[in-house]
Amino acid sequence: MAPTTNTLDRTNYLNATKGFMSWFWTIDHKRLGLMYLWSVIACFIMGGFFAMKIRLNLMPGAVDFATQTAEQMNAYNNAFTVHGAVMVFLVIIPSIPAALGNFVLPLMLGAKDVAFPRLNRFSYHLWIIGALLFVATLLIGNLDTGWTFYPPYSTGHTDPSVITAVLGAFILGFSSIFTGLNFIVTIHKMRPPQMTWFKMPLFLWAIYATAVIQVLATPVIGISLLLILVEKTMQIGIFTPELGGDPVFFQHLFWFYSHPAVYIMVLPGMGIMSELFATFSRKPIFGYKSIAMSSIAIAIFSFIVWGHHMFISGQSDLMSVIFSALTFSVAVPSAIKVFNWISTMYKGSISFSVPMLYGMSIIWLFGIGGLTGLFLATLGTDVVFHDTYFVVAHFHYVMVGSALFGFIGGIYYWWPKMYGKVVDGPLAKVGCVLSFLGFNLTFLPQFVGGSKGMPRRYAAYGSEQGFDDWNYWSTMGAMVLLAGLSIALFGLLRSFFVKGALSPANPWGGVTLEWQTPSPPPEHNFEIDPPTVGDPYDMSLVEYRGEVEGFLPVNPREDDPCVAYIAPEEA
Amino acid sequence: MNMYTLLSMMLQHQKEDFFFPSQASANAATVDFIFYFIFYVSLFAFITIVLATAIFAWRYRRSKVGMTPEDSPHHSTRIEIVWSVVPSIFMVMMFWYGFEDFTERRTPPADSYEIHAKASKWQWEFEYPNGASSFGFIDAGEYQGKGLFVPLGKNVRIRLESSDVLHSFSIPNFRVKMDVVPGRYTDVWFNAIELGDFPIFCTEYCGTKHSRMLSKVHVVSEEDFAVWLKENQEDPNASPVDKGKRLFSAKCTACHAVDGSTKIGPALNGKYGTIENIVGGTVTIDDNYIRRSILDPSADIVVGFENVPMTSFAGQLSDDDISNITAYLKSLTE
Repeated sequence: MAPTTNTLDRTNYLNATKGFMSWFWTIDHKRLGLMYLWSVIACFIMGGFFAMKIRLNLMPGAVDFATQTAEQMNAYNNAFTVHGAVMVFLVIIPSIPAALGNFVLPLMLGAKDVAFPRLNRFSYHLWIIGALLFVATLLIGNLDTGWTFYPPYSTGHTDPSVITAVLGAFILGFSSIFTGLNFIVTIHKMRPPQMTWFKMPLFLWAIYATAVIQVLATPVIGISLLLILVEKTMQIGIFTPELGGDPVFFQHLFWFYSHPAVYIMVLPGMGIMSELFATFSRKPIFGYKSIAMSSIAIAIFSFIVWGHHMFISGQSDLMSVIFSALTFSVAVPSAIKVFNWISTMYKGSISFSVPMLYGMSIIWLFGIGGLTGLFLATLGTDVVFHDTYFVVAHFHYVMVGSALFGFIGGIYYWWPKMYGKVVDGPLAKVGCVLSFLGFNLTFLPQFVGGSKGMPRRYAAYGSEQGFDDWNYWSTMGAMVLLAGLSIALFGLLRSFFVKGALSPANPWGGVTLEWQTPSPPPEHNFEIDPPTVGDPYDMSLVEYRGEVEGFLPVNPREDDPCVAYIAPEEA
Repeated sequence: MNMYTLLSMMLQHQKEDFFFPSQASANAATVDFIFYFIFYVSLFAFITIVLATAIFAWRYRRSKVGMTPEDSPHHSTRIEIVWSVVPSIFMVMMFWYGFEDFTERRTPPADSYEIHAKASKWQWEFEYPNGASSFGFIDAGEYQGKGLFVPLGKNVRIRLESSDVLHSFSIPNFRVKMDVVPGRYTDVWFNAIELGDFPIFCTEYCGTKHSRMLSKVHVVSEEDFAVWLKENQEDPNASPVDKGKRLFSAKCTACHAVDGSTKIGPALNGKYGTIENIVGGTVTIDDNYIRRSILDPSADIVVGFENVPMTSFAGQLSDDDISNITAYLKSLTE
């Protein structure tokens, strides 16, 4: 038998115990991470189905503007609500923090698990309950408020499914808070002694910043949604003017959470970017401290810019001006990160492995997403673009082009650690490139449609409104994107079910601690305690070793588990 | 005249261009100038990013498996300060232009001609100072009602109000948009500089027929506007049936047809005096039932329409109005 640091045929966390309950009732962060991962992917497929429903409905000629019935309009309104709500609450918010964060965070810390493993399990079970309630409501009821639940429409003018949907989101919120709390405590208390704050991998900085937002902002959406419930069920006037409330008040509460939530979505993706660019350029990340600090800066600034969703909502004009100015403050740290990633490539040794292809796609997509944000931060132009497809395209570039592509890149990056197999073939690369092209074809036309005035959330457009061309290309793009994402998923599923290329402990050459334990890791992550901690981006600490077809530490400790796995074969 | 005004004049394009519909209001050119300023700055930044990524990716591609590159700097305070400060300067400019323009557009001139726009699910209703009124929405793919009329070259302030949910009043050609919020007034103002018809959209989701809450603004010369106003002034001597018909087409036709077809709600022709199935029993459609249905629509809902609750018109329609509408509905049975 060839020397190997792969443990698929030895005892590892995947095969240590068997049976449904060993997974469902596990407190192992790795198994919880995987369960989140597959749950999120299932929700993503559902959200994607409704995305296609939207795009097909908007294909010119698909629906006759003149004869579209009220039922057809309701079905469309329901579809965009389900798409938005599922993608935001069940896919992008939990994607990286709950799925990849859970799997990777303790490994990166060289720890056995998170600080509160049982709380972690509770978070997942809450998530499942919330998700089931939410999905059942969305599919059975006729929820048509959009994911924003704006009153007075949501409280007084639509069917009662708002009640269960809001309860579902409320429960999901608790899951998110507990996860965030768990991660904060874990990072504070469980770092190995040599790992000072500035020797922490940047993914952990990003997860930490995210967790702070989760803990501080999520309670506010919980309360706001409860207030919707109170108003809808007990007729207590909070948001509805006839009952003595104020609808703009809800928007303040809603965006006080939902704007920081944008960073819950995108910060972890940025964390993954930093890992990818360092590993696949085999170079220390450029400007470590400014990337770390910009994560914290983004987390802080994200709390003081919510009013930019409300420039024309009827809030005071002075507030709009202040929020516009503050909004630009988020743009600077985001730009700094992009420049740092690109500089990391300079004089590197760049590998075009699948995760890095996603990484480079994100530079461009996030570039467009971030730069188009400038038009929306600027008061004069935001008035024109507000609630048009320009905004739709902008936030898809950020949430899909950055957060979701980051998620997929992260899955491909840590897949070898999860399942002990590498997926890095031409098919997976085709999936990435097709997704990239399809995504741009879908959303670039929406910018132009939007700048011409095409409003969001319209069940159909008349031909004389002049938006047909843009909708046509957008729907075409959605087909290509669907093909690309299907190929990306197929690559993972094939590796999951069929025995693919086995992965060594460290297939990519990462220096962070998760690569210092075999793939897949043993139940308790590391067999030595604690593993050697060095600079997380000092690439000279690991070298490529042909005999294991992967990387190994240059100066391994005698009890290094990976070396230990090889030693008996050589002896 | 400062640099900024000069540049925005140079960028006037009047006709539709790649990104925007025609500039039909006086300050549309300013917005477009800000857009193109941000656009070219962003385009430059984006091209730089794309080129840098592509060139580095190609130039420094890995030639040998697992190769470690020569050591190179991984930190530079000077360059990091440059790429933080330079974008910040441009962002301050963007903020400032946007702020100036916003302040201008949020401050209607004192001499503005005031028109009231009332939004309700799913139509616009416009009231002019002399009592004339008009409305607009889409039915069967066609624009219904006369829409909004405004005089060319005059400052016009539209005061916005909503009787039910949030709406938003948007005219892309004028580059104006403002939410219409129940329980308070908001406004927009503009000075139309191009004759013609331009679309009005509702841009805040408001329920089933949000996509049909469309109308048109007609920019006409001052003389034509004066004529139009006079023609559309309500005739105080009109019969109750005529007054009722006028009210009905402005307030009710978005949901109720009078040709027997079902829209959001049931058709209302030939109903007066008949017996109707309602949730929990039957009712004779008489003056009191019509009154109750207008003021408290959820009290007796016709079977089959339980899921499309109607909004109360209490406070919107006076006793005289209701009586006129009743007279009109009665006339549809005769």
